Amino acid sequence: MKARTLWRHFRESLKSLGRNGWMTFASASAVTVTLLLVGVFVLIMMNLNKVADDLENDVEIKVFVSLVADENQIVELENDIGNMPGVDTVDFSTKEDELTSLVMDFGDELSLFEQSNPLFDVFYVKASEPQQTEVVASEIIQLENIEDVKYGEGKIEKLFNVLNTGRNVGLVLILALLFTAMFLISNTIRITIVARRREIEIMKLVGATNWFVRIPFILEGMWLGILGSIVPIALVATLYYNVTNFAEPRLSGEMIQLLEFSPFIYQVSALILVMGVFIGIWGSFMSIRKFLRV
Amino acid sequence: MIEMKKVYKKYPNGIVALNGLDVEIKQGEFVYIVGPSGAGKSTFIKMMYREERPTSGQMVVDGINLATLKNKKVPLLRRSIGVVFQDFKLLPRLNVYENVAFALEVIEQKPAAIREQVENVLDLVGLKHKARMFPTELSGGEQQRVSIARSIVNTPKVVIADEPTGNLDPETAWDIMHLFEQINAKGTTILMATHNREIVNTMRHRVIAIEGGLIVRDVAGGDYGYEG
Repeated sequence: MKARTLWRHFRESLKSLGRNGWMTFASASAVTVTLLLVGVFVLIMMNLNKVADDLENDVEIKVFVSLVADENQIVELENDIGNMPGVDTVDFSTKEDELTSLVMDFGDELSLFEQSNPLFDVFYVKASEPQQTEVVASEIIQLENIEDVKYGEGKIEKLFNVLNTGRNVGLVLILALLFTAMFLISNTIRITIVARRREIEIMKLVGATNWFVRIPFILEGMWLGILGSIVPIALVATLYYNVTNFAEPRLSGEMIQLLEFSPFIYQVSALILVMGVFIGIWGSFMSIRKFLRV
Repeated sequence: MIEMKKVYKKYPNGIVALNGLDVEIKQGEFVYIVGPSGAGKSTFIKMMYREERPTSGQMVVDGINLATLKNKKVPLLRRSIGVVFQDFKLLPRLNVYENVAFALEVIEQKPAAIREQVENVLDLVGLKHKARMFPTELSGGEQQRVSIARSIVNTPKVVIADEPTGNLDPETAWDIMHLFEQINAKGTTILMATHNREIVNTMRHRVIAIEGGLIVRDVAGGDYGYEG
């Protein structure tokens, strides 16, 4: 397409936005509400995913060594576990170490147990892939001189179930909103088309191509989408800026971290913009198809 | 220029508008299409610029086979055909110059070429001095001149006019007819559907009478043939 033609289409589409001021406002607002919810949803979901990842990485297998095992057997056990496929690290902690950390966590009353330590010697095993934790654990328990094996059994699964349900509910909600926004945009475009029916008729009579007739309306839809995405981008960015500022000092040194403001917020902004443009273009396509059939 | 063979048109509501119509019109001819209302005149005219497509039959306009023409190619056909209507179909928010230039802008002509062609054609229809006026400020005859200017600005080989004098007083109608003759004299084929007996009987040209979807009379230099 020639640059001159494109310029003409740009002018026409912008003029039309101004002419249907209130409809422009209404459809852009619908897009704004939709995209705002999409933005907040994406912020929450992505961060929950990150948290789940962090927690997953934190999963250790705690291997209790049988009391009957002697020192040599313990060394052998450590080698056996260390050589298993899918095992990343193995740390040994004697029952004295265990008690010390218990005392540190729960207080001096527990130091009574120093006379007769009821704890076990323990291996802390980390799988190289969090998903393999379960497999590794089931292999370890088959070794000799193992009293018991414990890991985040079920907790992680529960967390993922919650995450998945939340994600599905959110997606359905957002899809419904997307359709509403598209419907409103297609209505706006329809009004524009009706207002310019005579012009379109003449265009077609003198031999304008269908694309020539369509493009201004598609551009108009695109503007509506872009207009509608400005406020959500600004709000979501401000919101997340404050959230990260609030959370960062409080979470420092913790296993769980939020996603960094940059580049995450730029990705989210780009997503919001792209969705706005998509909603706009798709909305106008829907009404053009009905009206401009050759 | 225009060739129709056994053209048959049946609308979805069951009405047969053209019932196996044959006709040949040569380049440079001036043809009146006459006949009672509902006889198929409008369908005949609309088929020329592919507003309607034949249900069956052969039809060629300016070397383009309309029976097989794809929708995508319709714009190309329309660029070689000028169309004039009873109700002018001008855009009220554009002035005279812009209304005529519009036809060239939407087919993506160069601005310099557009300026030259529009000025020439406005000169031809005698409205150069009113180029900056808007349609509502013009008389009916002047508006029809603008619409004729728009139809010929792209120098089409054929101009199709559907009752171009229908909304005009007799005197103005004659002015418009003289304009059509002038255009015809330059070699442009003119195809005009009309109910104006006086014009057909005075300004003699080929007359094709359509009734019941068929040509019932085709006479060079014929008369209108219907009562007032």
